[in-house]
Amino acid sequence: MYKYDQYDQSIVDARVAEFRDQVERRLAGEITEDQFKPLRLQNGLYLQLHAYMLRVAIPYGTLNSKQMKMLAHIARKYDRDYGHFTTRQNIQYNWIQLDQTPDLLEELASVEMHAIQTSGNCIRNISSDQYAGAAADEVADPRPWAELLRQWSTFHPEFAHLPRKFKFAVIASEEDRAAMRLHDIGIQLVHNDAGELGARFFVGGGMGRTPMIGPMVRDFVPADDLVSYAEACLRVYNRYGRRDNKYKARIKILVHELGKDEYTRQVEEEFKHIKTLNLDPPKAELERITTFFQDPDYDLSASDDLDLSDPDFAVWVNQNVKAHKQTGYAIANISLKPIGGIPGDASSAQIDVMADLAKDYSFDELRVTHAQNIVLPHVKKSDLYALWQKLDEAELATPNLDLISDMIACPGLDYCSLANARSIPVAQKIATRFADVGKQKELGELKLKISGCINACGHHHAGHIGILGVDRKGVENYQLSLGGSGAEDVSLAKITGPGFDEDGIVDAVEKATNVYLEQREGDERFVDTYRRVGMAPFKEALYD
Amino acid sequence: MKLLTGNDLKSGLVTWWTGEDWSINIEDAVDVGEQGEAILTAEEAARRVNSPYIIDGDEISGTPRPAHIKDRVRALGPTVRSDLTLKPNDASAIDKVV
Repeated sequence: MYKYDQYDQSIVDARVAEFRDQVERRLAGEITEDQFKPLRLQNGLYLQLHAYMLRVAIPYGTLNSKQMKMLAHIARKYDRDYGHFTTRQNIQYNWIQLDQTPDLLEELASVEMHAIQTSGNCIRNISSDQYAGAAADEVADPRPWAELLRQWSTFHPEFAHLPRKFKFAVIASEEDRAAMRLHDIGIQLVHNDAGELGARFFVGGGMGRTPMIGPMVRDFVPADDLVSYAEACLRVYNRYGRRDNKYKARIKILVHELGKDEYTRQVEEEFKHIKTLNLDPPKAELERITTFFQDPDYDLSASDDLDLSDPDFAVWVNQNVKAHKQTGYAIANISLKPIGGIPGDASSAQIDVMADLAKDYSFDELRVTHAQNIVLPHVKKSDLYALWQKLDEAELATPNLDLISDMIACPGLDYCSLANARSIPVAQKIATRFADVGKQKELGELKLKISGCINACGHHHAGHIGILGVDRKGVENYQLSLGGSGAEDVSLAKITGPGFDEDGIVDAVEKATNVYLEQREGDERFVDTYRRVGMAPFKEALYD
Repeated sequence: MKLLTGNDLKSGLVTWWTGEDWSINIEDAVDVGEQGEAILTAEEAARRVNSPYIIDGDEISGTPRPAHIKDRVRALGPTVRSDLTLKPNDASAIDKVV
């Protein structure tokens, strides 16, 4: 894992001191809320429905047990004993007090964490594949590149006031576990025919009110040019992105309106110019960063044998444990989606447990996923049973990864000031309706995603089944959509028709799954069947 | 009726104008009538409230009730965590919000 050097630490410490002064001035009345708001947002502090909310960055979703312990400590000391892991691999606290925020940030900084650039029209936390460094199918570990981009984008003066917020995802596998093409810039590390490392660049993806899949603007950017090419993409956007209309300000609108070819032409021209300025980060810096992402000290004699005689353990292994590149090791997914629970929420005690388990069983490392789960990336197979028992004790062993109850749900109207409808109660009711693991497994991989407003933090456009909460004359109403995917088979879901009330949407989801079970051929997933048979049989079941 | 609401500057908690002060309990809220804007401006300047705004409401059994669900959720707390609401021991409180 990356460790701060003196520069990283000093700029984070300096920011804490600066914000402490700004908070004091706000509380003393020396600055107004209008003056203070952009300052607090630059430090991740929102004013939400019930209180201040702090969003803490977890760079590319990677953290160690000491940092995880700190997240638990903050939940306990400054919040109400829990945190919410988000779809951008961050964590949010919902009940923060303004006057305590500087102390909180100081404690965060002591473990090399912060909340900088988790809000505002800047480059946000770089997201990545939660299996990075452990997956067998990656061409390289994407995290050194994500870290390089983090350093490049942190406090980058040219990109501190973009037309709108900007999100990167970096992956290195054909399998897309990070919804890469639904980001402003998606970077996929690849090898070219000569075996050289480089990247495909996808620009202009995103969800929100105008969902778009990012088109590929370059099929191979040499690795040494990656940051400069990203800079060129940003410069064209910064120059021509719309600032007159918030709803048309994201880069996806610029790419769409210019057309991919014209946008690419301008990027290539800018890139050519940038290359004359010698702005590439020094190779030595990437090499220095890469040293922090070496493989852990695996036990090379570890066995692949696994005793699955305990049936409950076997169910969990079958669903939540994934193949690791190293013989004798596995990737363990911890579901934060207990049946009837709040997707992505974890108590301080649970966060502490996960931190301890990472220390004991996963070389001190954890990952946060965009699907709001936690990963222990390097677990020796012979330790899996003990790990599972401890997870079970902490109510963290729900065996539902990628099943219908493993749904993404934004905080919705229960917490978010932008929301129009509640997401969490709908998620809870659907999970309860499909509580039986056997029933869920019969449905197979089924990614259900719920957003409480058009901003789509719950990724409903990318759900095999998507649900969007809307306000219909002051009453919550839920639109159903089908056929989306945030994975390598990326697609945008289509609305089935008129919306439903809170109970009606749960029935509608069940009807859609019944259509799937009737129409399924072979081992088709829900989304495969939908793509083959189309919307008609689903509409018939839902509305006739 | 018109209600004046905002968030406490320091804690961020939802507050309601009581006629003289701010309270986290909507039961204490009063109808501000046409005076809302003037109170809002004065109170914001005095830093006793953050981001205040005026909403429509009704009076149900002697208790003010915001017209919109968003403000009813604000008045109680998250409907999915009754332990974090202002009425953790009242199982029917959430039904009144929805």
